[in-house]
Amino acid sequence: MAHEQLGRGGGVTEPPVRGGGDDGQGDDGSDYVGRLRRARLGVAVAIAAVVMIFVSLTSAYIVRQGLPTFDSPSNSYVRDWGEVSLPLALLIINSAVLLISSVTMEGARRSITRQSALAPVRSIPGVSLGAERRFPWLGLTVVLGIGFLAGQYLAWSELRRRGFFIPTNPNSSFVYLFTGVHAVHLAGGVVALLWAGVTSVLDKPIESRRIAIDVTAWYWHFMALLWIYVFALLEFAR
Amino acid sequence: MATTATLHSHAPQGFIRKYIFSLDHKVIGLQYFFLALTAVWVGMFLSLLMRIHLVWPTASLPLVGEIRPEMYLSLLTMHGTIMVFFVLTTAPQGGFGNYFLPIQIGAPDMAFPVLNMLSFWTTFIGFVVILAAFFVSGGAPLHGWTGYPPLSAVQSAGPGEGLGADLWITSIAIFCAASLMGALNFITTTLDLRAKGMRLMRMPLTVWSWFITAILGLLAFGVLLSAGILLLMDRNLGTSFYVPLIVVNGQIMGHKGGSPLLWQHLFWFFGHPEVYIAILPGMGVTSQVLSTFSRKPIFGYKAMVYAMLSIGFLGFMVWGHHMFMSGMSPYSAFAFSLLTMCIGVPSAIKTFNWLGTMWKGRIRFYTPMLFAIGFVSLFVSGGLSGPFLAQPVLDIQLHDTYFVVGHFHLIMGVAAIFGIFAATYYWFPKMFGRMMNEGWGKAHFWLTFIGTYAIFMPMHYLGMAGGTRRYSQYTEVAYLQRLMPIHTFMTYAAMITIASQFIFLINLFWSMFKGAKASDNPWESTTLEWTTATPPPHDNFGGRTPLVNHGPYEYGVPGAAKDFIMQTDAASTPAH
Repeated sequence: MAHEQLGRGGGVTEPPVRGGGDDGQGDDGSDYVGRLRRARLGVAVAIAAVVMIFVSLTSAYIVRQGLPTFDSPSNSYVRDWGEVSLPLALLIINSAVLLISSVTMEGARRSITRQSALAPVRSIPGVSLGAERRFPWLGLTVVLGIGFLAGQYLAWSELRRRGFFIPTNPNSSFVYLFTGVHAVHLAGGVVALLWAGVTSVLDKPIESRRIAIDVTAWYWHFMALLWIYVFALLEFAR
Repeated sequence: MATTATLHSHAPQGFIRKYIFSLDHKVIGLQYFFLALTAVWVGMFLSLLMRIHLVWPTASLPLVGEIRPEMYLSLLTMHGTIMVFFVLTTAPQGGFGNYFLPIQIGAPDMAFPVLNMLSFWTTFIGFVVILAAFFVSGGAPLHGWTGYPPLSAVQSAGPGEGLGADLWITSIAIFCAASLMGALNFITTTLDLRAKGMRLMRMPLTVWSWFITAILGLLAFGVLLSAGILLLMDRNLGTSFYVPLIVVNGQIMGHKGGSPLLWQHLFWFFGHPEVYIAILPGMGVTSQVLSTFSRKPIFGYKAMVYAMLSIGFLGFMVWGHHMFMSGMSPYSAFAFSLLTMCIGVPSAIKTFNWLGTMWKGRIRFYTPMLFAIGFVSLFVSGGLSGPFLAQPVLDIQLHDTYFVVGHFHLIMGVAAIFGIFAATYYWFPKMFGRMMNEGWGKAHFWLTFIGTYAIFMPMHYLGMAGGTRRYSQYTEVAYLQRLMPIHTFMTYAAMITIASQFIFLINLFWSMFKGAKASDNPWESTTLEWTTATPPPHDNFGGRTPLVNHGPYEYGVPGAAKDFIMQTDAASTPAH
């Protein structure tokens, strides 16, 4: 029935052609390529949303930093921003862990891209590419990601030990806020990586695994960049 | 992203997968539609309670008894929040956008169906959480839908500012997350899933409106989410982002140094684009309906697209006009005022283009057309008071009066609702395979059209006469006594208008089962949804992909066999 309806317009084509109208990039006919492109576009859009969250937090940070508060004893307005002694050594180690995880994530992305490209060759009966030792890039990235989160928890413990709690002063409030919101977003990346690992165990098609790992990799790199920004903001713009 | 894997999936058979946790954008669109329909009745009931209370403040009402001042403020808060988020944002974008955007661009589904389902259920949870605020100790919050601190940031500031306010903020945060998921899906789908030939400048204006709305949502809801997190921290973790040194009920609070204005800036950076998030889809559907029922191409298609883009762009630069009362620098006020006035230009372009579309058209006055014309009328009536309020000196006089209530209800509330009604009557045949009753539809239109003007136009006079807003009781204020007849008139008008919505409700459900069977293209429209079966199959086009050869509004083309050319008609068909 639907066929007839479309026929009325006289403009039906088969097989489906996708890619965003005539002015789009077009497909190579493979649905997988379209899925990968869509997923990458989706993650780029998601990153834009995360950027807006951090832009707004940054604007709040700058505004709150400059706000005066009334001081009764001196009968004048004073700045109540306060000081925070960041556990710099620990945060630098955490940063290094996250940056290394970005490298391993890229290794995982390139590895799955290669496997995906070779998959059609492997599927030819009688063709062997020989045994290939695969480095556990993905597992290593997950371990490093969890390591970073654990390191952030240690940094918060150290802050508390030094007497800086969430409400101690506006500066400390923002330290916990920025690092907490970043950690939540990174934890989302860890969950995505674990999901990619699960798809591997479940023997899902390699294309699905590649898409999951590829877009998580772009998100992961963004998270690493975002952390450098957050760290620099908290250390140098206080 | 595993979500994409299901894009071309087979139709699910089980009830749960087919109707509850469905991945089909059409089912999800209907879920959003019925969620908004539920929400609008809740919101309308709250407004009815408020209107009755204003005129008969000591009356004991069914279900709620006598309304105390703090309860009036709770009703006001919950009415605004439910209407803005769960009706005006949910129905046009989540409902009709979800259902028709993929079909109108020739796609089998949204780009990420699983994310789409999650987006709906997250919104649903947000709605349940906000309703829960009514039933917790202390009741619903008092701080208005704008949630200004310090009232919203201090738990002991009043009844409802305890757990009720926490639930309110949590609900909004959940809604923000859901809207971000939805925006991601809309943007990706529009950019990547258009059928062959569906160039950007061939997209129906409805698609453009949903696309631009999604971009606004993507950039705005993240800011509200951030603002909400700061508010929750002020309330529960002892921080001082928004709260200065303050004494509440004789007790010094532990906060100091925060600024309520920081919230206002963040909130209105979201809040003003939110106005366009509510009304842009209405502009889209109005363009679609006016062109279809005038049997003429839309006047100035490209100008309409650029006008919507301009409105969206400028919408992010004018948040300060909500804050003229805050004591901002006159230079800032001047800039915000000037930029606000600039929005009048693309708005006027749209209005004149709508009139130009109807001019000398062979107009078919079906119910969707009436509501679309009603939208234009309300857009003009509500919009014209905008430039008044954009003047800081006038705004300072009018800001806390009913003038503002009248203005934003006409432009953001009722105009957007008329867009929703136009969309409902227009697309009902495609969604449910039956026609809505025309006679009841027209009765519904005239009662609603006259009724809404009767409610909201007097508010302008009330405001100019000094009638303050947000007061729970005017009968005890001597200088406001003389304005009570206007309040009484508006309350009766509200009662009649709300009662007339039962006509719509009955027509809607009766027509779903008993309405006349609809053909595939009952309105003789041109866009892709009218090329497929009614209702559309699971993958929208029965396994085929449309090839688009024409623009979206080719009506009355000289030399054509019919007075309309569908977008999929052969390329050789004469076109504009």
